[in-house]
Amino acid sequence: MSDVHKTIEAVWKIESMRLIAAIARVTRDIGIAEELAQDALVAALERWPEEGIPENPAAWLMTAAKRRAIDSLRRGRMLEQKHGEIARELEFQQRRLGQAMDQALDQVIDDDVLRLIFTACHPVLTVEGRIALTLRLIGGLTTAEIARAFLLPEKTLGQRIFRAKRTLSEAHVPFEIPRGDELRSRLESVLSVVYLTFNEGYTATFGDEWMREELCNDALRLGRILAELLPNEPEIHGLLALMELQASRTAARKGQNGEAVLLLEQDRSLWDYVQIQRGMGALHHAQKLGGGAGNYALQAAIVACHARASIAADTDWERIVLLYDALLQISPSPVVGLNRAVAVGMAHGPAAGLHALDALRAEPALANYHLLPSVRADLLVKLGRYAEAREELHRAIALTDNVREHELLSRKLKQAMLID
Amino acid sequence: MMMVIPKGYETAAPDAVPSAEAVAKMMEFNKSLQKAGVLLALDGLFPPSTGARVSYADGKATVTDGPFAEAKEVIGGYWIIQVRSREEAIEWAKRAPMSNNEIIEVRQIHEMGDFPEDVQKAAEGSENLPNASAAKA
Repeated sequence: MSDVHKTIEAVWKIESMRLIAAIARVTRDIGIAEELAQDALVAALERWPEEGIPENPAAWLMTAAKRRAIDSLRRGRMLEQKHGEIARELEFQQRRLGQAMDQALDQVIDDDVLRLIFTACHPVLTVEGRIALTLRLIGGLTTAEIARAFLLPEKTLGQRIFRAKRTLSEAHVPFEIPRGDELRSRLESVLSVVYLTFNEGYTATFGDEWMREELCNDALRLGRILAELLPNEPEIHGLLALMELQASRTAARKGQNGEAVLLLEQDRSLWDYVQIQRGMGALHHAQKLGGGAGNYALQAAIVACHARASIAADTDWERIVLLYDALLQISPSPVVGLNRAVAVGMAHGPAAGLHALDALRAEPALANYHLLPSVRADLLVKLGRYAEAREELHRAIALTDNVREHELLSRKLKQAMLID
Repeated sequence: MMMVIPKGYETAAPDAVPSAEAVAKMMEFNKSLQKAGVLLALDGLFPPSTGARVSYADGKATVTDGPFAEAKEVIGGYWIIQVRSREEAIEWAKRAPMSNNEIIEVRQIHEMGDFPEDVQKAAEGSENLPNASAAKA
């Protein structure tokens, strides 16, 4: 890629979100807005290499999008009618469209960006559609970049985005910010899109990449954008705290040969303490806003317990058990129960942990979850029940596709063989 | 990291402060970084006339109080931003409200993974050392 192209790409990453939001204010359809913005990008790719990067790239892109919008309005109408009156009406409409777009760019307001986010994460879309559209429209990622991040063919991603835009348009989803009670539930959808994106990067569900850091950074950026737009929503800060605190361990999660290193075995000097401070700050902010008992804030508080311990042995496991109890009350989930059982094992001994874990064995949601047998194996090893532990490890290995986790489990199995 | 090198700051008086107008413009720029979700940290620095230089020769440290006669370019402040590429950092730097003859130097922050293995090994055990390795530029 030439330098100019790299620069255009960078300009696009910076400007695209606000550009699309501004156009959507006029078109009221984010699919059309995105296409017009794309057209403007194509024009930039054609002209900037020769003419140089304009002084105000955002204004240039908006003007290009405006021309394109007027063009398509003219073409669409011309095909249908050619009467004089229609032509005058058309001229009027073109002028109005042009003025509206000029105005929209002059004052891209934060509300436009918020509308864009809420629309991209609309519940009418599939979760995959929401994630793809959000990364594309707000994250400024290209279809190819999203496809790479999710290890999917570009074509699949392209279709996913296309379908999502069509769904929004067919469902006549309004370009607006939800109010009142609806805001809560719609915000939940937005936050889950951000967290799913983060998790996709943090724990790749398949393939040999344990972590795709860029995707985590994209999710963090989305979180910061949201915190700026809705500063009084505690759960946004809770989510931001959770992501910062988890991401702070990135360097310690991977061993010299790319193998996974689990939390309690990590070299804590590799944790990013500046990032931990940011996470702690965000958590404190969530609590100050009265959101300490929110779902993300509680999860963040649990991770914070680990972050506070300079060695693994200093971890306040009893506090972690209490936080899991609180989390289970607001969002009962077998996976949370599983994590709680681990904490119980650490706080009150492996027998108590096993007891808590076995209460979950009938959960259908955990039937194919490799961490259930994996955790059980850990507890059994601690209790000296090696034969049972090996059985559980075999079961866990059969249930995971992630190459790194596979290695980790195989290593444990080897250890369990040696001890016995 | 984007480091600001303001013109004339090397000889600025200890109590030199930017104008209200310049500060307002800078706040606007800072806000745009924040709204784009890229800003991790920022600070403005007092002029060198209030600082000191500790220089080393023959295993000895010598302290010189500011201002520093030989310095032509000094740092007045910085932003730490998290962006995807060098180009994106440069584009942000181009948007900063700077005056004629002022400079912004864009530099990438080292991450542990950028170092060879022996250097990484040497860094091990530096317990709880604050670092900013999450930032890219």
